[in-house]
Amino acid sequence: MLVDMVVRLGRLALVVLFAVLGAFAVFAQTDSAVLPAQFDIAGSWAPIATEDVQNDSVPVDYLGLALTDEGRTRALSYDESQKSMIERQCQGWGASYMVLGPFGLRISSQSDAATNRIVSYTIDAWEDWMTMPIWMDGRPRPSQHAMHTQAGFTIGRWEGGALAAQTTHLKTGFIRKTGVPLSDEATIDWRFFRHGDLLTVLMVARDPVYLVEPEIVSKSFRLSKTPLDFRDPCIPGFEGREPGDGVPHFAADQNPFIDEFMKLYNLPREAVLGYRETLYPEYRKKIRNTYVPPPPCANDCGVAGNFVRRRSG
Amino acid sequence: MKRGLMLLGSLLAVMAASLHAQSATSARNAAPIDLTGYWVSYVTENWRYRMVTPAKGEYRRIPVSPAALPIINAWDPAVDERAGNQCKSYGVGAIMNVPTRLRITWQDADTLRIDTDAGRQTRLLRFTARASSSATPTWQGESIARWERVPAPDRGGSLRVVTTNMRAGYLRKNGVPYSERATISEHFDVAPIPDGGTLLLVTTIIEDPVYLNAPYVVSPHFKKEPDGSRWDPTPCSSTW
Repeated sequence: MLVDMVVRLGRLALVVLFAVLGAFAVFAQTDSAVLPAQFDIAGSWAPIATEDVQNDSVPVDYLGLALTDEGRTRALSYDESQKSMIERQCQGWGASYMVLGPFGLRISSQSDAATNRIVSYTIDAWEDWMTMPIWMDGRPRPSQHAMHTQAGFTIGRWEGGALAAQTTHLKTGFIRKTGVPLSDEATIDWRFFRHGDLLTVLMVARDPVYLVEPEIVSKSFRLSKTPLDFRDPCIPGFEGREPGDGVPHFAADQNPFIDEFMKLYNLPREAVLGYRETLYPEYRKKIRNTYVPPPPCANDCGVAGNFVRRRSG
Repeated sequence: MKRGLMLLGSLLAVMAASLHAQSATSARNAAPIDLTGYWVSYVTENWRYRMVTPAKGEYRRIPVSPAALPIINAWDPAVDERAGNQCKSYGVGAIMNVPTRLRITWQDADTLRIDTDAGRQTRLLRFTARASSSATPTWQGESIARWERVPAPDRGGSLRVVTTNMRAGYLRKNGVPYSERATISEHFDVAPIPDGGTLLLVTTIIEDPVYLNAPYVVSPHFKKEPDGSRWDPTPCSSTW
């Protein structure tokens, strides 16, 4: 009799439990959709080239940056001809080029054979960008004196449904193709958000030497059904400069291209030279009465502008 | 006995559902991320297309259709001003790209409200469907919102918004158009700034069967501000 009652009470408790849980589950579904805590980032991600940071790589374009005086001076001393030096042709661009360059992402995952847990994600190299591993196994960062590379050292973790990663150990390089420098003390924080077939990568680059405020750039990619076609490795060749010819550069106050980008689009000098105040809405109000729009566009007015013309030319 | 148990179970389910509906099912209570507060545009991308009015006829990076070209080339801000269309570049297809401050509040438990100081626009993101899809189109259209939640223990999430029924407008100040048939999908994500503060990233996908050949995807970002002391409402302008 007692056993029978215990069994009945147990059934009753189960019914109550499932009813309550069921009701909560049904209503929870009507509130919102559920995102996975982790998503599959591996695959080929084609670039969506509808945002612009590089402005077709016209010299002395530091728009959208907050530079220190030292960063501005160093940028103004840069001569694009440096890339003709045989020892610099395959130097490539730093980690930030992931969101600044025109390429897509081909990402793979590597697992521990014993545990099957993911050890790392690897973003494959392009012709002018180095392979970037994102270590997911909780390994410590190397010593600050360890070797610094173009890709740096990156640790990742899943956080709030996004992949969060941080890159350190960067070699001194550039954050713009126009010669804006990024020092080896820089840190880059990344967030990879996935929404369906769209991957948006958010970059927050901080540099105590050359940036007054972080450079924040995002770029979206679309999942590709076919693997991305990557080009052959960079092979240096003679481009008119003999080894030992010296490094082309300008005195910062004598850069012959200082006005080129400003005149091309009637842009204010302080914006082109990367002053902090130009990044906020107040600046738009400040120049309202002085800005003169450029004449109507006559050439390369469409989708990609000069970049395509230059590359195919 | 069995019937009694079923009855009791059903009763408890209804009570639990009712309690849950009252306490946790409002969008405000269910928010996996906090979007409320003041945010400021941090214009580090597309500067030349956002901070100043680009040249007439320029539409770089926007995959426009042939139907858009006559409109782009005929753009005249004075005509828009005279026609009372000075807010055409502050519509839902462009407003998050306009350098502005956002004030995000809960208008009610199921409606998130976004005010902008640039152009004095108001967006209402409704988490419950309304029966007004035949309403007159507005600059900001009708936005349906839904949380996308990452379950515990990770937590976090995203806000997805789909907007339709808007007036035709401009994607850029210089008259690159989107039509009233466009659909605008947005994902609102937040991320910490390592040295302090919070970023809001709004990934926006604009699809328009009339004036775009492909989706136009942009992702403007905003920094959170401590208060509204820099809030400075200014009216729409077709010339600036």
